[in-house]
Amino acid sequence: MSEAIAAVPSPGGAAKVSKINEVVIRIAGNSQDGIQAIGGFLARLAGRSEQEVMTFMTIPSTISGGPSIFQVRIGSGEVQTSGDDADVLLAFYQHSYEGHINSLKKKGIVLFDSDHVQPKPEWETEYHHIGIPISSLTVEAIGGTAKDKGKNIYALGVIARMFDLNVAKLEKLLGERFGGKDPSVLNNALAAFHAGHANSPSNVLETYQFTDSERKGVQQVVMNGNEAIAYGLIAAGVRFGAAYPITPWTDIMEIMRRELPKYGGTFIQCEDEIASVSMAIGASFAGRVAVTGSSGPGISLKTEALGWAVMAEMPLVVINVQRGGPSTGMPTNIEQSDLNIAINGGHGDSPRVVIAPANVEDCFYMAIEAVNIARKYSVPVMFLTDQGIATRIEAFVQPNLEKVCQDITPDFTPVPTHKPYDLSTADGLTHHVKPGTRILDGRYPIATGLEHDEYGHPTGSPKLHMQQMAKRRKKLQALGATLPLPKIYGPSEGNILLVGWGSTEGPIREAVDRFRAAGDSVSAIHLRHLNPLPNGLENIFSGFNRIFVVEMNDEGLYGVGQLGSVLRSRYAEAKIQGINKTDGLTWKVKEIVELVKSKSQK
Amino acid sequence: MSQTLTEKPIAVVSPAPQTATGDRKGLTKKEIAADHPTWCPGCGDFSILALYFKLIEKRKLWHEKITTISGIGCSSRFPYFVQAHGAHFIHGRALPFASGVSLSRPDLHVFAFSGDGDAFSIGGNHFTHTARKNIKMTLVVMDNQVYGLTKKQTSPTSPLGFKSKTDTWGAIDYPINPAKQAIAVGATFVARTTSTNPNHVLAMMEAAMDHDGFSFVHCLSECVEFYDGAFDAANPRKGGVFNEVPKSHDVTDEFAAYKLASQDFPGSFGVLYKVNKPTKNAREAEINQSHQSKFTGLKDWQILQKTFDRMK
Repeated sequence: MSEAIAAVPSPGGAAKVSKINEVVIRIAGNSQDGIQAIGGFLARLAGRSEQEVMTFMTIPSTISGGPSIFQVRIGSGEVQTSGDDADVLLAFYQHSYEGHINSLKKKGIVLFDSDHVQPKPEWETEYHHIGIPISSLTVEAIGGTAKDKGKNIYALGVIARMFDLNVAKLEKLLGERFGGKDPSVLNNALAAFHAGHANSPSNVLETYQFTDSERKGVQQVVMNGNEAIAYGLIAAGVRFGAAYPITPWTDIMEIMRRELPKYGGTFIQCEDEIASVSMAIGASFAGRVAVTGSSGPGISLKTEALGWAVMAEMPLVVINVQRGGPSTGMPTNIEQSDLNIAINGGHGDSPRVVIAPANVEDCFYMAIEAVNIARKYSVPVMFLTDQGIATRIEAFVQPNLEKVCQDITPDFTPVPTHKPYDLSTADGLTHHVKPGTRILDGRYPIATGLEHDEYGHPTGSPKLHMQQMAKRRKKLQALGATLPLPKIYGPSEGNILLVGWGSTEGPIREAVDRFRAAGDSVSAIHLRHLNPLPNGLENIFSGFNRIFVVEMNDEGLYGVGQLGSVLRSRYAEAKIQGINKTDGLTWKVKEIVELVKSKSQK
Repeated sequence: MSQTLTEKPIAVVSPAPQTATGDRKGLTKKEIAADHPTWCPGCGDFSILALYFKLIEKRKLWHEKITTISGIGCSSRFPYFVQAHGAHFIHGRALPFASGVSLSRPDLHVFAFSGDGDAFSIGGNHFTHTARKNIKMTLVVMDNQVYGLTKKQTSPTSPLGFKSKTDTWGAIDYPINPAKQAIAVGATFVARTTSTNPNHVLAMMEAAMDHDGFSFVHCLSECVEFYDGAFDAANPRKGGVFNEVPKSHDVTDEFAAYKLASQDFPGSFGVLYKVNKPTKNAREAEINQSHQSKFTGLKDWQILQKTFDRMK
């Protein structure tokens, strides 16, 4: 925690240097001001400086304009969340100032553009105010033609001065971002940055220096969750995808459309969601596991074809970047309300795999895992990420790509005979022979959505229906037996166990830390494999008196959320209760703490 | 093999290696036929299936090089009757599935078989977009102007006044004209034929297969159970007339093709429209070649490493 900043206001004193080990900076402005760019630069810089970093942003669903924030937390030690409350608020407008002052810690610093913000006397005693005419100084620095452009970079310069950030590295980042275009663009950016950095520190009373990072000597990459998924899929060997644009999934398809041609692959923008999933399944059938993805309503539209992939036992990866639902819902807000459709969506009994990454690094590695599960078990895998991870920037240790990247070129060696839906295998696994492969006995398989015999030909036999149904179930049970149990955060026995999934791992762990610091017996586990569940969770559950499943979805008709319901039905465990919310924002640590306290008193 | 497949294989994703074909005899009908068709006796679809077998025999296609794909409907049981890799997909979506195969496997002949409900009603959107993108494949629609599998409901091609179980007083919705629609949305090969003229069906399928692009064969195929006699006017043996497209017709003339397609039933049979435009397959391959040329000699992980180096 960054006590240092809040604790040492030194009004009137000379500028002094304090050591800190982390800081939370919230930048508030309008969406066209380039505030994401400042945050992005800070995050990248942290990554290059071997620090941990996590960001959080909100974007309005309007096309241009509207208030927007970007919060970045940089630490020399472990960073689990983007922070509940900010140490520094950078406010470009009156609405940014008034709207976000309550997200600032008491005695925190509000850095405001005095051209647009009129400070309120009653807040001036509570927070440390530093006014800089950012807009007019930017114009002064780079000339009158700039209008509002460049003030984000000017502000970056001010922040760099305040936190003694590495100027050379930031200049390099600016060069990478703005270089290559018209050289005047980079010159203007650098001019704005230097002007901000040189801004007289007469009212910047204090500067801060990060303590040495605990990650010294580690090469990191910095990216958001959507980028990590796209590159994870490429590393896994995926060379075909098809999709339709929808927020917040779209970034992934844009990246893959741009990147796959380098690898001889293709990503197709389809006419609709149904065509997308169908085309991806067609490509998987043609020999190499393909990907489709979507968000919200797009996922609903894909479910019929998903059922086919379950029935025909066709590998497929479906990326679901969850957003607020139902229907069009809240397209730019976070929610974890697609677990039910991920596990059960569609008609009939159609078992498929559901996995969920907990952070950006997971997005990369679990995308590869998704591909490999799909291939090994010939099954669609739904990859449940959410709007929070999608846009959150984190630094993680650079993967060893030579080791991680896979070649999954299909094998077309002729086979003597082939039964794709062989009922004699113990684990129920299907291995398709790809089109293009000669089958020497001349009997060729059909992939079908009808219940079928071992060759894929239709059958109305009740016995075969039951056997094939069992086969599709058994192979997922076989997968479940291989899944690792989640590590317990905290002691393995105690009063309360928090259970989470997806993007909420950070705030849940910080909540555990706070409870334990206060002497409360609270631990947590985080599930990455949601269907099938790993075996043995009951042994973890038995160590605790109460289990709270913390989710960003509705508590439902019976007072537990979607994962809560799954766990209750699986373990028939009445001590499982839900902690839920649907405000479209990531969990704050204090929200979890308060809800756990109030619920455990009941 | 069609011209495109033999002369300039377009490597997009994962083509199977070329196999030596010198030692293999062409397939016989017995080797191509799989399950006995479940269609009603007298169904026009039998004829299309027999001529597909004939096409495979005549053009010496191998089992493993053809992929037969369908959606749902009487017509769409087709893949089960063919001894080749195939897929019986969901209702209306044979075309995007087939597109996934076509775009990732340039070495395969992709045939989609569909019916009027599957192709023009539930799958209407895909018909439009697969045609306009000119994705290489052959689509044969066996049009019986009625829903047969669900036992006589109005189809998008049922003529006005057709009495079905969903329009007992006679159909009131204006029917689709498939050939006109195909021309309008940008299909590069549009042909009409009828199951009662086998030689013509074979000629059209062959021409469609050889077309480098999206080729659409609209094939009248009578449902003897629910729409008996629907196409008698196109069958000389039933007192109708089988008019071929005039020899003077310029198949690249879109307007002339549109006019031919607009004739009253039974209209003209043959290739109405055929133009050569780059396929999506070829365009995507060009994009890939231009991107890959910048990374010659690099392994995939090294290409990704270059990207990661910019993300530090």
